[in-house]
Amino acid sequence: MSEGAARPRPAWVMPALRAGRVRPVVTAPDPVLATCGERVDPRDPVIVQLGADLFATQADSPGCVGLAAQQVGIAAQVFSVDVTGHAKTRTCHGRFVLCNTEVVAASRRERGREGCLSVPDLTGDVARARRLTVRGQLPVSGEWVELQTDGFEAVALQHEIDHTQGLIFLDRVAGPGAVHPRRTYL
Amino acid sequence: METAASVLAVTVLGTDRPGIVADVTAALAGVGGNLEDSTMTLLRGHFAMVVLVRTERPVAEIEAALAPLTTDGRLAALVRALPVGEAAAPSGAVFTLRVHGADRPGIVAAITQVVADNGGTIVDLGTRLSRGLYVLTAELQLPVGATPVRLEEQLTAVARQVGVEVHLDPVDDDLL
Repeated sequence: MSEGAARPRPAWVMPALRAGRVRPVVTAPDPVLATCGERVDPRDPVIVQLGADLFATQADSPGCVGLAAQQVGIAAQVFSVDVTGHAKTRTCHGRFVLCNTEVVAASRRERGREGCLSVPDLTGDVARARRLTVRGQLPVSGEWVELQTDGFEAVALQHEIDHTQGLIFLDRVAGPGAVHPRRTYL
Repeated sequence: METAASVLAVTVLGTDRPGIVADVTAALAGVGGNLEDSTMTLLRGHFAMVVLVRTERPVAEIEAALAPLTTDGRLAALVRALPVGEAAAPSGAVFTLRVHGADRPGIVAAITQVVADNGGTIVDLGTRLSRGLYVLTAELQLPVGATPVRLEEQLTAVARQVGVEVHLDPVDDDLL
């Protein structure tokens, strides 16, 4: 085993955020969802508050495992993710907010059917990597962190990073026949 | 843009050529028709389109708008009014059905009868015939509360009778 492979992953801790407020969720075809987000200063109190509000809004939306700034009407490179407890979760980093996030490495693409709070009546078949490394900044401290994950958390991260770039799942669907009416569970 | 207008189903079939979709949709837009859900595909080189058009214009006016496209006999267009009212949103578990095997008459009928007997709805279905190989893929929805075990057992039995392989897999939606 090489020295590099033996090196442990850098540990990081999501800074505590004050309680946020629930913001209205924007739905397509609102143009903010198609707007690439500005890079942000993660130490800016406005961005820290945005992170807290994303947490609050996500928690207020049953079944939602991630939320991006665009979905609350702000074109910024900020999102929250929390796949804790989801049946498909393997690796899990808990509840976190990342800023200015980019994909470092992605592999093992598989197709899945995904929906989005901002596209309430449709789902789509999208191929996404199940092995993923991303790099982004934590709110409050601005610390750069690298996150390696897989499975469902990897899919959620790619979905949210897409939002911060002005892309929704409809920009990634596998082709004709890959957009479906969303099911009801009544 | 939705209005109180009625919804018409426009079906266009015929010999494929570049520009059919552009021509048909331009004709429909020319009479103020707003396209809603549609499917358009090639079936062994034949163009096939079904499109729902919301419009306040009568069927005869839509037919007249499409008539210039059908005069050479290479395309046929049919316009029918659909019943008023929105279709119910789909509910229940969704499955992908895959069938393949040696071609013979009756495969689709045998397989889909099993689905119907179990209360399932075919949401989407396509078939391909390639040399002697017949391939069917479908998405189907079972009634709320139904389990796929019985359906899968019956599909396997019928598939054996008609000499094809069958696979049924659940489709999960993930809200991200």
